[in-house]
Amino acid sequence: MYVRRLELVDVRSYARVGVDLEPGPNVLIGPNGVGKTNLVEAMGYVATLASHRVSTDAPLVRVGASTGVIRCAIVHEQRELLVELEIVPGRANRARLGRSPARRPRDILGALRLVLFAPEDLSLVRGDPDQRRRYLDDLLTARQPRFAAVRADYERVLKQRNALLRTAYLTRKVTRQGGDLSTLEVWDTHLAEHGAQLLRARLALVEQLSPYLEDAYQQVSAGTGKAVAEYRGSVAEPTAEAILAALAEVRADEVARGTTLAGPHRDDLVLRLGDLPVKGYASHGESWSYALALRLAGYSLLRADGIEPVLVLDDVFAELDTGRRERLAGLIADAAQVIVTCAVEADVPASLRGARFRVEPGEVARV
Amino acid sequence: MYEGAIQDLIDELGRLPGVGPKSAQRIAFHVLAADQTDIKRLAAALTRVKEQVRFCVQCYNVAEEDSCRICRDPRRREDAICVVEEPKDVVAIERTNEFRGRYHVLGGAINPLEGVGPDNLRIRELMARLSSGKVTELILATDPNTEGEATATYLALMVKPMGITVSRLASGLPVGGDLEYADEITLGRAFEGRRTL
Repeated sequence: MYVRRLELVDVRSYARVGVDLEPGPNVLIGPNGVGKTNLVEAMGYVATLASHRVSTDAPLVRVGASTGVIRCAIVHEQRELLVELEIVPGRANRARLGRSPARRPRDILGALRLVLFAPEDLSLVRGDPDQRRRYLDDLLTARQPRFAAVRADYERVLKQRNALLRTAYLTRKVTRQGGDLSTLEVWDTHLAEHGAQLLRARLALVEQLSPYLEDAYQQVSAGTGKAVAEYRGSVAEPTAEAILAALAEVRADEVARGTTLAGPHRDDLVLRLGDLPVKGYASHGESWSYALALRLAGYSLLRADGIEPVLVLDDVFAELDTGRRERLAGLIADAAQVIVTCAVEADVPASLRGARFRVEPGEVARV
Repeated sequence: MYEGAIQDLIDELGRLPGVGPKSAQRIAFHVLAADQTDIKRLAAALTRVKEQVRFCVQCYNVAEEDSCRICRDPRRREDAICVVEEPKDVVAIERTNEFRGRYHVLGGAINPLEGVGPDNLRIRELMARLSSGKVTELILATDPNTEGEATATYLALMVKPMGITVSRLASGLPVGGDLEYADEITLGRAFEGRRTL
């Protein structure tokens, strides 16, 4: 799969811009602040309907414009598909697939498969567990769309169960009496059912991912220790019975605190280098290589599944030394399409051939 | 902003579910332009609905007398009850002509986020109907979402010990459609819930 053409109208810093991209490597070169990341952000938006930088749509639309449009011509198995997304802040976005309007923007998901690594991803390693759970769950959904529903169901049941516990907690505080927990058992059953599905899928994913992670880290790090990711769950095994047992164990605590204390939403993916945890022990360079390795491992896993996603590496090469630059260039040379951004052309090794683009304020030109 | 009566009407219409400010304005001007007798009929229908419509004393469906049409019908089976969330679900199931038993309308689903618990639904009334011993089968036709499923599970847990057969509507692919048009989530679930032939 590759993006043949990307067009932006009134998106971020661009009034109107079009870029004809090539299969294989594409390098976008330009000084800081000219809008390289805006281009890859737009592609990411088409792939996931969300920006990797901001949580609301308003900053995506150029200041002064009321709507922004992103168009992507995507070639997959020799067929071209045109995807158009109109971003209307505060309202529902509108999408077109080919020539006809899509019923919901969600229908364009899957048209563009993309793995994006950006400097923000450092929080995969240094941030809170929710970042790493999201990394796993996003990868699950990319491989099997059904998990979008499993995730949503789990989140919804969790919200309802928390609301029940919270209300009972507040009632008890005010009236000094029991509070109604008569439906707790029901929510337990459903939480355990959806939770077990999610947990089983995450554990299987971590197992399949680990050889790719070890390999990717080896390639992009200076070779200090082995990268190991280990799932740390709040439940003994991935079955509904085990989750119910775990819930029973923390029941008294849950009632006292008014929130759900066991289940996949409390879990973490523990990242280690050799025997040491990355968080708190690894240097900046090591953490950064680790985050990159996580994304590259996800990319390799999707490729092993037969999905050929587009790979985007935003501002990666500047952080690597010469040897690692060469190795990374070798690693991505055979990608169906890889889009690399950098501020200084010399940072990208000459061995990474392919198209070069110069990005200037408001425009992009092929070199 | 318009003045006087027309703006009052737009404001009132705008409070109805599914009616935005633009639609409210359109309906208001339609009313203004329409024939006097048509509007009198509409106004009368609006008043009558609040005055005359009651809830059936057995099943809590909408009714014009103490009991609804279905509960009054002697040809319908008394041993099967289908539990639904809203009166409009009764109409939907009636259109299938598959079910010849009685209904019970809960008036919603268990939803702690909105402060709805079992006590806010007509569950106690359902239990009273079941304890008469005439009913042998209970069909749970609550919505196939998180809250509907939770309500179904809750009822199943309460009713099963009474020795009544409890069943839940199946979920899966829409009939008559093309497989290719089903979204991944529905299709994925239907795949998971496949049955042997």
